Amino acid sequence: MQAFDYHPVSTVNEALALLAREGAGARLLNGGTDLLAQLKEGRRSANHVIDIKRIPELSEVRELQDGGIWLGAAVTCRTLSHHAVWRERFPGLHDATHLIGGVQIQGRATVVGNLCNASPAADSIPALIVHRVQVCIAGPSGLRRVPVEGFCTAPGRTVLLPGEVVVALEVPPPPAEFGAAYLRFIPRNEMDIAVAGAAVAVELGGEGSRFQSVRVALGAVGPTPLAVDAIGARLAGRPVAEVSLDEIASLARAAARPISDLRGTLAQRRHLAGVLTVRALRVAIDRARRSVTPPPLSPPL
Amino acid sequence: MRKKSVLEFTLNGETRAVLCEPQQTLLEVLRDELRLTGTKEGCSNGNCGACNVLLDGVLVNSCLILALEVQGRTLLTVEGLARSDGTLHPLQQAFLDHAALQCGICTPGFLLSAKALLDEHPLPTESQVRFWLAGNLCRCTGYDKIVRAVLDVARTQAAQPPSVSATPV
Repeated sequence: MQAFDYHPVSTVNEALALLAREGAGARLLNGGTDLLAQLKEGRRSANHVIDIKRIPELSEVRELQDGGIWLGAAVTCRTLSHHAVWRERFPGLHDATHLIGGVQIQGRATVVGNLCNASPAADSIPALIVHRVQVCIAGPSGLRRVPVEGFCTAPGRTVLLPGEVVVALEVPPPPAEFGAAYLRFIPRNEMDIAVAGAAVAVELGGEGSRFQSVRVALGAVGPTPLAVDAIGARLAGRPVAEVSLDEIASLARAAARPISDLRGTLAQRRHLAGVLTVRALRVAIDRARRSVTPPPLSPPL
Repeated sequence: MRKKSVLEFTLNGETRAVLCEPQQTLLEVLRDELRLTGTKEGCSNGNCGACNVLLDGVLVNSCLILALEVQGRTLLTVEGLARSDGTLHPLQQAFLDHAALQCGICTPGFLLSAKALLDEHPLPTESQVRFWLAGNLCRCTGYDKIVRAVLDVARTQAAQPPSVSATPV
C-alpha cells in the first residue's frame, strides 16, 4: 500500500482541523473495508489517513426520547445486529445492516461508511431512504443535516464538501402500524454485492387495512440508490386488499435505470426491481400488521 | 517510507511490541514482522477470509486493518488456538478428524470464524454455521466437511459438563 501518515484522532474537531490542514491529501478512515481496499488497488490515494473510530461519541447508539435513534458514524454493523431496538423497531435497516459483507466485514464495516462510499449497490442506502434518515454533517462552518435520498450524487460521489465529516445518522421514530423490509438479489446465498435491491416501508391504518404512506427505494439499478415516489403516490390512502402487485412491479421497473455489467444485465436488473419491490412490500405489510403486537424477537444469526 | 511507530498489543495472550509503518496492514505485520505465518494472505481485499483473526473477540479480516489500529488491543490468531503443551483446540482436532481440509490455506481463517461462531452460539444450526462461514472461501473441500466438523464440536461440547468442556483461550 502507498505510504501515508496515520492519525487516530479523539475528537471531531481534531478531525476537522486535520482535514482543513491537509486538504485533498487527507482521507477519513472508519471501518476501512472500502478505503483500505481502494488504497491498495490504487483507486484512491492518501497522504494522511484520519481514523475517526476512537472518537468516543461516534461509537454510540443513542435511543432518543421520541423513539428515534442517533447512530454514531463509527458504529459497526455487528454492533447493530446485537441491538434489540434496532432489530425490532427498524426492520428495514436491520435487514440491510445484517447482510452487508460477511460476519468479518460486519465486525468492521459501518452504516455511515457504506453511505459515504456511495456505491450504487450499497445495501444500507435504500433502507436508510425508506426509514427517512437524516445525515448529520460536521464541517468548518458547523453542523448541517441532509436527507439520505439527497446525499449520493453519482457512483462514489456525495454532497459532502471538502473538510466535512459525517458524524451520525438520525433515524426518526417509526409511526404506529409501521413495517419495512430490504431484499436484494445475489447469485450466492450470502456475502455478495447486490445485482439489485429494494427497500419498502409502509405505514398502515384502519387496523392494517389501508396504506397511510408507502416509501420505496431501489439499489443497484441506477447511478445512485433511487427513491421511487410514484409507488408511494399510487398507494397512499388506498385499501391494502385492492392493490395490484403487477402494477407496483411495473412502477418499480419503470423507475429503474439500470446498466449491464459483470453482475447482471439491464433486462435482468429491471425485472428484479419489480420482483424485489413486490416481495419487500409484502414483508413490510406483514411486519406492519404484526407491529401492533410484536412477536418475540428471534435471536440474531 | 514514513516514520516507524511502536505498536504494542496483546497477541495470543502475550504482550508484544513491534515497529511498523503506518500503511502496513495487520496481516503484513503478523506475517512479515512477527513471522507468524499461520494467518494467510488470500485475496487481500476482504473477500476470502484466509486472514481472519479475532480482534477483542470480534471476527475481522486482518488484511483490511492497519496494524496501528490495533494499538493496545487484544488479538487472537490461529497460533493461539492450541494449548501450550501442543494439544489441539477441539476445532483443530475436528477439522483433522473430518478431513475438513485439503491444501489447508483457508483453514486458519475457517478455524477463527468457527471459533467466533461457537463463542457466540455454542449450539448453532447448520444454517447459522453456513452464514458465519460465508466469508471464508475454500476451493478444495466443497465446505460440507467443514460444516460437519464445526457442528460436531458444538454437539460434543454441549454434551459435556462445563468443567470438562473448558477450552484454551
